[in-house]
Amino acid sequence: MTDTVTGTTISPTDHEDHGPTTFLTKYIWSQDHKVIAIQYAITAISVGMVALALSWLMRLQLGFPDTFDFIDPAGYYQYVTMHGMIMVIYLLTAIFLGGFGNYLIPLMIGARDMVFPYLNMLSYWFYLVSVLVLMSSFFVTGGPTGAGWTLYPPQSILPGTPGYEWGIILMLVSLVIFIVAFTMGGLNYVTTILQARAKGMTLMRMPLSVWGIFVATIMGLLAFPALFVGGVMMMFDRLLGTSFFMPAIIAQGEALQYNGGSPLLFQHLFWFFGHPEVYIVALPAFGIVSDLISIHARKNIFGYRMMVWAIVGIGALSFVVWAHHMYVSGMNPYFGFFFAVTTLIIAVPTAIKVYNWVLTLWRGDIHLTLPMLYSIAFILTFVVGGLTGLFLGNVVIDVPLSDTYFVVAHFHMVMGIAPILVVFGAIYHWYPKITGRLLNVQMGHIHFWVTFIGTYLMYFPMHYLGFVGVPRRYFAYEDAVFIPESAQTLNAFITVIALIIGAVQLLFIFNLIWSCFKGKEAGPNPWNATSLEWQTAETPPGHGNWGPTDPVVYRWAYDYSVPGVEEDFIPQNVPHAKGETHQGRDDDTEGV
Amino acid sequence: MSQQTQDITGNKISPPEGWQGLNEDWSSDKETFKSVPWGKAMMWIFLLSDTFIFGSFLVGYMAVRMTTTELWPNSSEVFALTIAGQHIPLILIAIMTFVLISSSGTMAMAVNFAYRRNRSVCAALMFATAILGACFVGMQVFEWSKLIEEGVRPWGNPFGAAQFGSTFFMITGFHGLHVSAGVIYLTIVAIKVLRGDFERSGDYQGVEIAGLYWHFVDLVWVFIFAFFYLW
Ligand code: HEM
Ligand SMILES: [Cu+2]
Repeated sequence: MTDTVTGTTISPTDHEDHGPTTFLTKYIWSQDHKVIAIQYAITAISVGMVALALSWLMRLQLGFPDTFDFIDPAGYYQYVTMHGMIMVIYLLTAIFLGGFGNYLIPLMIGARDMVFPYLNMLSYWFYLVSVLVLMSSFFVTGGPTGAGWTLYPPQSILPGTPGYEWGIILMLVSLVIFIVAFTMGGLNYVTTILQARAKGMTLMRMPLSVWGIFVATIMGLLAFPALFVGGVMMMFDRLLGTSFFMPAIIAQGEALQYNGGSPLLFQHLFWFFGHPEVYIVALPAFGIVSDLISIHARKNIFGYRMMVWAIVGIGALSFVVWAHHMYVSGMNPYFGFFFAVTTLIIAVPTAIKVYNWVLTLWRGDIHLTLPMLYSIAFILTFVVGGLTGLFLGNVVIDVPLSDTYFVVAHFHMVMGIAPILVVFGAIYHWYPKITGRLLNVQMGHIHFWVTFIGTYLMYFPMHYLGFVGVPRRYFAYEDAVFIPESAQTLNAFITVIALIIGAVQLLFIFNLIWSCFKGKEAGPNPWNATSLEWQTAETPPGHGNWGPTDPVVYRWAYDYSVPGVEEDFIPQNVPHAKGETHQGRDDDTEGV
Repeated sequence: MSQQTQDITGNKISPPEGWQGLNEDWSSDKETFKSVPWGKAMMWIFLLSDTFIFGSFLVGYMAVRMTTTELWPNSSEVFALTIAGQHIPLILIAIMTFVLISSSGTMAMAVNFAYRRNRSVCAALMFATAILGACFVGMQVFEWSKLIEEGVRPWGNPFGAAQFGSTFFMITGFHGLHVSAGVIYLTIVAIKVLRGDFERSGDYQGVEIAGLYWHFVDLVWVFIFAFFYLW
């Protein structure tokens, strides 16, 4: 069937004719979603290394105060801020949506590219510019901003906060550019998933990775506007002297020109973005980990439909919980009640997902490959972080724990480490498709065990520190009487572990480069997976992905170990065969 | 479509009714929104996202207006003009709103003529829309300069709360940018219509997509008008 309705249908021959030929058009100014994905990923990982290095500096200071002269309090705040912002936005958001989103969406739904490849390319270049602007703030007078990644006014734009001169301006400019970049990419991802699927690829046959990325992208398109608006208003406060967020302030005996603004408004705008952002990072991780578990346990995912609805439900609910970050902000106490309730309700679909992962593993033929190890590690870590989240979601428990290391431990577990573990698992899983070679397994095991055990050694003690009352975002706490000696010993221990974890990430980067040239040849489908990206004619897939004929999809992505079939997996583009028994799956064969 | 269709394995199935049918339709293969071209789908999604931007701006405006410590200026006085000795409140803004709403009308007609393949009328109507849009921006420039002359600044004004000027310039400015971008966009599409680009591809969706954007910008204006000038 030829398709005339979809504006710019790419016919295969058309594509071969226009395939890029020079190095520059093929790898630099490329409009191919796979190349853009790799550009996104490399940029994100590079800037992530900066954030990692900053965390070493922070840990050095916390573990061994008064030892390193080159870290001063102002510097510490700048490290905290840049570390947090880079990790959340420029690394995780970019790598999940720009990286995995770009790579996987067209391949998994059987499209030849994103619907508007040129826009997609622009998206990457804008992202790169936003990263460069952010990095440039390390080199300007006053350095990067030290306002904390939440950028709360009034302090973020007043003298006394490091980076008051240029850092905060560059941060806001960079965020605005990032949002533009994200919007260009995000519009593409959503439209591609909605309107450019292969024949037979119904929504309910899409792999959960695509579902996670899809819902996360929609959330981004609705949540980033609030950050955009907050950023623009703050920029005006800083540059034009407006008072959107600035109340009347007396600083050092002098009244500032500001008057009548509302700092709380910024917190609302920020967290209306900030909480969905947590799930923008988490949902792609949820989706990807579902696929990894199913593939490496050779079992269909348990409760596919429920998993889809849980993703959608979490996405929707996460827009009505934002003020659980503001229990101590002085907002109306009744809000606290409302937001605590909605927060606890989100736990329901989230718990469903966890049960379904575990039930997928249950009696599966579990292959302890690296992606599987990372997936299991993710489930464990996510459960730990999720449980502490239930505590913090309650106002009475949050108030004393707010701004302590308990919070630091909680959010690192749930939105730092857990999604990063999925990123690792996903890289080990799809690297063979991207490069044609497997990542080295020995190095991978060292990387896994050190990272996994290390994160527990690092973050578990932090919960205890939080209970003791060690505050977050502090350069040093020498004279605080309520903090016992032993806390310092613990801090030193955590620092040593953090440095070891950091070092092993360098091994991972080395593995990425080494295996690209020396890794074992992978073949087209090393994991015997069913989804479409493993069925391409070439590995790595060529320009246009599918060669001369478009793929046709006959089944969902989870036909593993189907009774009565010899192979233990049936790719999505294989028609139904006689003798194939259906075991009451969620596949759309109801009509049969 | 016939009542009986075949599923991909060749079995006869009849389409389900009601909600279930809607659900099946949306989640069926290839396209969720049947016969909607990519550009149009993308424009809708973009506008949804843009709605959240304007929504955040307006909610922010309401919040500062309610929390600010000083009195809010009386908008019908601030936005009054004295024409031929007559003091008329909100006269300029009434004209501006009228112009912009009319431009939505010409745009709708342009889309109609596009689908009738009447190229010259379609292009003429699009140019008319763009000119009305440009008039709107021009009057906005006039309004801004008048207020600036009277001493209204983003950081303060003689009439009351400083946030009045801040939100006014920020939000009408952001909307004005949308209108200006729209004027350029419409002009480009109109030239394409004249040149016969759409005739060659046989598909005038480009005009309709531009129309979507334009109607959206008008709709947003109605809200800004209500919140700024009538509240
Ligand atoms: C080896 C890995 C990591 C280490 C050693 C580390 C360490 C730290 C430290 C020491 C702080 C500052 C605590 C304070 O003084 O308040 C911090 C803050 C933070 N980290 Fe990490 N971190 C790591 C990974 C991550 C990841 C993967 C994320 C991704 C979400 C992340 C997100 C944040 C955020 C959002 C903050 C808060 C920044 C702020 O308070 O403004 N971190 N981290
Ligand atoms: Cu939250």
